[in-house]
Amino acid sequence: MKKQLLTLTLGAATLLSSLTHAADYKIDTEGNHAFINFKIQHLGYSWLTGRFNDFDGTFSYDKDKPEASTINVTINTASIDSNHAERDKHLKGDEFLDVSQFPTSHFVSTKYESTGEDKGILTGKFTLHGVTKTISFPITRIGEGNDPWGGYRAGFEGKTTLKLTDYGIDYNLGPASTHVELELLIEGIRQ
Amino acid sequence: MTLKNTAQSYGWISIAMHWLMALAIFGLFGLGLYMVELTYYDAWYKGSLDLHKSIGIITFSILLLRLFWRSINIKPAELPAPKWQKMAAHWMHIALYIVMFLLMLTGYLISTAKGKAIPVFGLFSIPALPWTINNQEDISGLIHATLAWSLIVMSALHAFAAIKHQFINKDGALNRMLTPK
Repeated sequence: MKKQLLTLTLGAATLLSSLTHAADYKIDTEGNHAFINFKIQHLGYSWLTGRFNDFDGTFSYDKDKPEASTINVTINTASIDSNHAERDKHLKGDEFLDVSQFPTSHFVSTKYESTGEDKGILTGKFTLHGVTKTISFPITRIGEGNDPWGGYRAGFEGKTTLKLTDYGIDYNLGPASTHVELELLIEGIRQ
Repeated sequence: MTLKNTAQSYGWISIAMHWLMALAIFGLFGLGLYMVELTYYDAWYKGSLDLHKSIGIITFSILLLRLFWRSINIKPAELPAPKWQKMAAHWMHIALYIVMFLLMLTGYLISTAKGKAIPVFGLFSIPALPWTINNQEDISGLIHATLAWSLIVMSALHAFAAIKHQFINKDGALNRMLTPK
C-alpha cells in the first residue's frame, strides 16, 4: 500500500513536471512546413524575394509559460535560392554571403517576452557572414493542435529587417537596397 | 574553291570554322575575365553577360558542326616531324576539342542551373536540361574558369607549335590553315 502510494506520488510528480515543462518541437523541414524567406528592394523600383531551402532547428514552447520559450535555428547559407542561377552564384560568392568561408548562419534565442495572447518579442543572437549580433523582433503564434497523422504541431511567424553592412556585407546595391527583410514561417512537430 | 579538306591542306570550311572559333574563344576569354569584375552599377553589368552567353552558344554550335565536318572529311597528311611531336600534336588536338566541349558545356550549366533557358541575342533560346544538381552554378562556374585558363594555355602551345613549323621547319604548317591548296 505504501509502495503503491509512493508510485502514485512519483507518477503524479512526473506528470506535473512534464506539464510545467515547455514542450520540445522539431521544425518540420522534412515535410517542408517551414520557410525562411528574404526580401530586398531592387533599385528602389520593386521587390526581389528568395529563400533558404536548407535549414534545421528546434524550439520549445508552452502557451501557459511563453517566457520559457526558446528557439535554435541553423541555416545552410549555400541553400540560398532566388530562382536565378547567376544571381545565386553571386549571392553565395565572397561579395555577399561568402558561403565557403561562412557555410552556416545561426539564430539562438536568449529571451522571449510575451506582449499579449499569441504575441511576443523574441531576442537572440543571430550570426550571419561570421558576424554575431543580438536582435529582437516580434513573433506571432499562428496556432497549434493535433495534426491528422497522430502528431502535435505548433506554428509561428516572425519578421525582422537587417542592415547588410551590420553583417559586413558592403556590396553597393544602391541606396534602396541597404536592408533585407527576413521572414520566418515555422511549424514544429512536438517530440 | 576548295571547300573540303585535301591531302595537302585544309579546305575553306575547316579553315573558316577554325579561325572563327579562335576569334570567338579569345574574345569570350577576355570578355569573361572583364565581366566578372563589373559591379551592379556598371552599365554593361547585364549586357556583357548576355553577350558572353549568346556568343558562347553560337561557338558551341560551331564546335559541334566542326566535329561533324571533321568526321566526314579526310585529314591533311601529317607533316614530317619526330614521332613524339606527331603524337603530341595529335593528342593536343583531341585535348583541345575535349576542353572546348567541356568549357562550353559548363558555361551552359551555370546559366541553366535553375532550369531557365539561355536567350541567344534575343532571337531564340536554348532550354535547360530537365534535371539540375545542387549548387550546379558554383560547381560549373569553378570548372568553367579552370577550363578557360587551360584552353588559353593549350591554344598558346598549339599556336607556338604551328609557328615553329612554319618558320623553323619551313614546312608550311600555317599555310595549310590559311588557304587551301
